[in-house]
Amino acid sequence: MVNITIIDREGKHHPLEVPSDMNLNLMELCKSAELPVEGTCGGIALCASCQCYVLSAHELPEKSEAEEEMLDQAFFVQPNSRLGCQIQITDSLDNLVIHLAPDAN
Amino acid sequence: MIKTDILIIGAGPVGLFTVFEAGLMRLKCHVIDALPVPGGQCAEIYPKKPIYDIPGFPEILAGDLIKNLEQQIKPFNPGYTLGERAETINRLDDGSFVVTSASGLLHHAPVVVIAGGLGSFEPRKPPIANIADFENKGVDYIVRDPEKYRNKRIVISGGGDSALDWALFLESVAAKVTLIHRRREFRGAPESVQKLAVLAASGRINVVTDAEVVDLKGDAHLETTIVQRINGNMEVISADYFIPLFGLSPKLGPIGDWGLDIEKNAIKVNNALDYGTNIPGIFAVGDVNTYPGKLKLILCGFHEAAVAVQFAYSIINPDKKFVMKYTTVNGITGFDGVKKETKKAEYISI
Repeated sequence: MVNITIIDREGKHHPLEVPSDMNLNLMELCKSAELPVEGTCGGIALCASCQCYVLSAHELPEKSEAEEEMLDQAFFVQPNSRLGCQIQITDSLDNLVIHLAPDAN
Repeated sequence: MIKTDILIIGAGPVGLFTVFEAGLMRLKCHVIDALPVPGGQCAEIYPKKPIYDIPGFPEILAGDLIKNLEQQIKPFNPGYTLGERAETINRLDDGSFVVTSASGLLHHAPVVVIAGGLGSFEPRKPPIANIADFENKGVDYIVRDPEKYRNKRIVISGGGDSALDWALFLESVAAKVTLIHRRREFRGAPESVQKLAVLAASGRINVVTDAEVVDLKGDAHLETTIVQRINGNMEVISADYFIPLFGLSPKLGPIGDWGLDIEKNAIKVNNALDYGTNIPGIFAVGDVNTYPGKLKLILCGFHEAAVAVQFAYSIINPDKKFVMKYTTVNGITGFDGVKKETKKAEYISI
């Protein structure tokens, strides 16, 4: 299990205890925690509805071409923007803090 | 007015397969979709992605699945209204429906099957507070007729293929083209990126990177775009037209106002029976519907379509009873009379 804090669009903190052995990604975590993340494209980096800002200093996997490409078409993109669907939850993400990006729709 | 038995809203895989299941029951279909080609998400978002959970196909590209479905439904010769969103629906006294698409085209049918997926695909609009005020007054989300921009000053924003390609194309048409992108890197075909670099170096395209358009100004028509650099500096760029190109995203759209029971952007249906909605005669199948235990999978949509058309049949033919027959037994007979069936064994005397 790892601890992950998700800050929603209203600024509310959601501390979550998450299994790290279930092949979950951050988009799926948000959906299962009933946070307002649509995950429209199903997790293939093609909609940016799971965009989040990574606030903690974790070392994350590098962005794939597909993720970079999608972020190029997204709005409210910051240097610490990532697509939640592209980040698998592993033990190294313990104490990760992310903030959901504004809903562009 | 187009008349048919079943009007299908959405030409994605589930909408297309509905044509097949209806065809087996000799019901004619007409399909409306906002996109200019059939296929929905499979064609628009991920045509080159493999799908691994279509029964009988260990692996198939989304685009190929659509091609196969189009071939499979060909015998049932569906009508299409493509490139037009279904806007409004009216229920007539006899319980049938008239659906009006974006151009005002009327479609009449006793049954409507909504297979709208996540909704219709519409251009993503940048979050600029007053952008709506300038729509059709200098802000275009789609380039329909390049001639419109002849000798005009154009500002394009976006870093993907279409922003790049239109900037290159309009360079020879417009008086001035400015391309604005959030980052320094552009993505696109290598020759397009190369061409942009050459035109930028020679000053023929004004490329502004690490920047985005944050405000628009003008009286009756757009006059200037306000561009903010990543370092906070603001720049004013005169423009007759601003063309933001950030791809497409799905929206449930007008279907949400058709009087259907909606829950979390999906249409509630009766999954214990017929995938019917709260309005008799309107069914919803595939990703657009919701019910307890709903799985948003193409294969589930196929099942829902097969069930829904059985009930559609009894609405369309209240006095007849349909007996389901397997295609392995009966083959399929197209609306042109051509029959496909198991080849009969041939006996040769020797």
